[in-house]
Amino acid sequence: MLKKTVLNAAHRALNARMVDFGGWDMPVNYGSQIEEHNGVRNDCGMFDVSHMCPVDLVGADCRPFLSRLVANDVAKLTVSGKALYSAMLNEAGGVIDDLIIYFLTDTRFRIVVNAGTAEKDLAWMQAKAAEWKMDVTITQRRDGANNLGIIAVQGPNARAKVWQVLPQAKAATEGLKAFFAAEVDQYFIASTGYTGEDGYEIMMPAGEAESLWNQLKDARVAPCGLGARDTLRLEAGMNLYGQDMDETVSPLDAGLSWTVAMKDDRDFVGKSALTAVGQQKQFLGLILLDKGVLRGHQKVITAQGEGEITSGSFSPTLQQSIALARLPLGVAIGDEVQVDIRGKLLKAKVTKPVFARNGKAVQ
Amino acid sequence: MSNVPSNLKYAASHEWVLKNADGSVTIGITDHAQEALGDLVFVELPEVGAHYAADKEIAVVESVKAAADVYAPIAGTVTEVNQDAADAPESVNADAYAAWLFKMTPDNLADVDALLDAAAYQAVADAA
Repeated sequence: MLKKTVLNAAHRALNARMVDFGGWDMPVNYGSQIEEHNGVRNDCGMFDVSHMCPVDLVGADCRPFLSRLVANDVAKLTVSGKALYSAMLNEAGGVIDDLIIYFLTDTRFRIVVNAGTAEKDLAWMQAKAAEWKMDVTITQRRDGANNLGIIAVQGPNARAKVWQVLPQAKAATEGLKAFFAAEVDQYFIASTGYTGEDGYEIMMPAGEAESLWNQLKDARVAPCGLGARDTLRLEAGMNLYGQDMDETVSPLDAGLSWTVAMKDDRDFVGKSALTAVGQQKQFLGLILLDKGVLRGHQKVITAQGEGEITSGSFSPTLQQSIALARLPLGVAIGDEVQVDIRGKLLKAKVTKPVFARNGKAVQ
Repeated sequence: MSNVPSNLKYAASHEWVLKNADGSVTIGITDHAQEALGDLVFVELPEVGAHYAADKEIAVVESVKAAADVYAPIAGTVTEVNQDAADAPESVNADAYAAWLFKMTPDNLADVDALLDAAAYQAVADAA
């Protein structure tokens, strides 16, 4: 039995093509994935991401708990509302999940974790809180009573559309820089996203999500499926858990070094393993020069040895196939490499792992 | 509800087959297949002159979402390919029955008659 978000009936009413996404019955598109993708780059679109799991932390030890729990340093969170992207590692330095932490007060934080990893994440957090004897109450907000719905509105016109529908939110959110959140009545509005565009991710009591969805639709915000979400995040060079990294992959080999705060003497789970092993691979982009489509798990042949594509697709913005890949150390941006696609060796160029943001190609 | 023209024959692997007056057959993917794949961005066509056994992988269609093999619905030799479909894969989404992929000379024309008719293929598509 697939799990359904509170917007399931709304997707079906729009004739969405539904797929099993990690046990959730989710819309992959409402017609054309490419049109949805381009709509977000050029105007705005909205995504149901209520399958993702908000987790509320309350208690005196929120900070010391998070300081040990995740690889990025919550000491960077000094202003209320500020958000931090981080990996949560196991003792071996593998990535249990990647998540966003919102700092509200010193005794109240909110974390949003991935859909498919929510149960193991919660179990891990609960176990660590008990092991470290931390005064922190950990409550998931996705399932059951008090659950939340999440709608991401993304694109250059996203803010204006949200204010049109939620005028009461304008004053509190128009000054929000990227990666902040504000609470307005029952809405938790964050300037975060997974598309490389400006916009908001809006959490609210689940029972109110369909009303907001329909109001946004009436304001001509196009519903977009998980298909467009994937090509948008791929163009933006944002990692997807389970493809670009997992429990067997170090964040240093997944392009996440910028999120790992190693320098000071703060200890966190996985730090000693990362220090011992160091970076073994590079996480870079590829643009296919021949015709075809790059896909996850394809083999990459370089002068320095073999690598592997972790995510690949066709880029609607570049009109070429692009990929994120884990490549041997020593491979340089600009190198030409070969990708094994169904036994044929096709030419690709190594790039920075970002292809398009803010409506424009960056390659 | 996808479109399944009654004048065509079908393979359960979602190819359509049209018998031509000259004894050749024209082959493409069905409307159901293009809809399931979503926006197509790449089509790899077979070599003219190559011979394929029935059910062998003969071409590839790729959408933003996934790659899918196209199978030879019958045994035969490729006589012509539709380069327009490879140059504009979106034309297959626009009309899967106009944007054919390749033509074959069947080893045995009776093999075509043994393929699924529209009603039988509709049942396959509905079950997918």
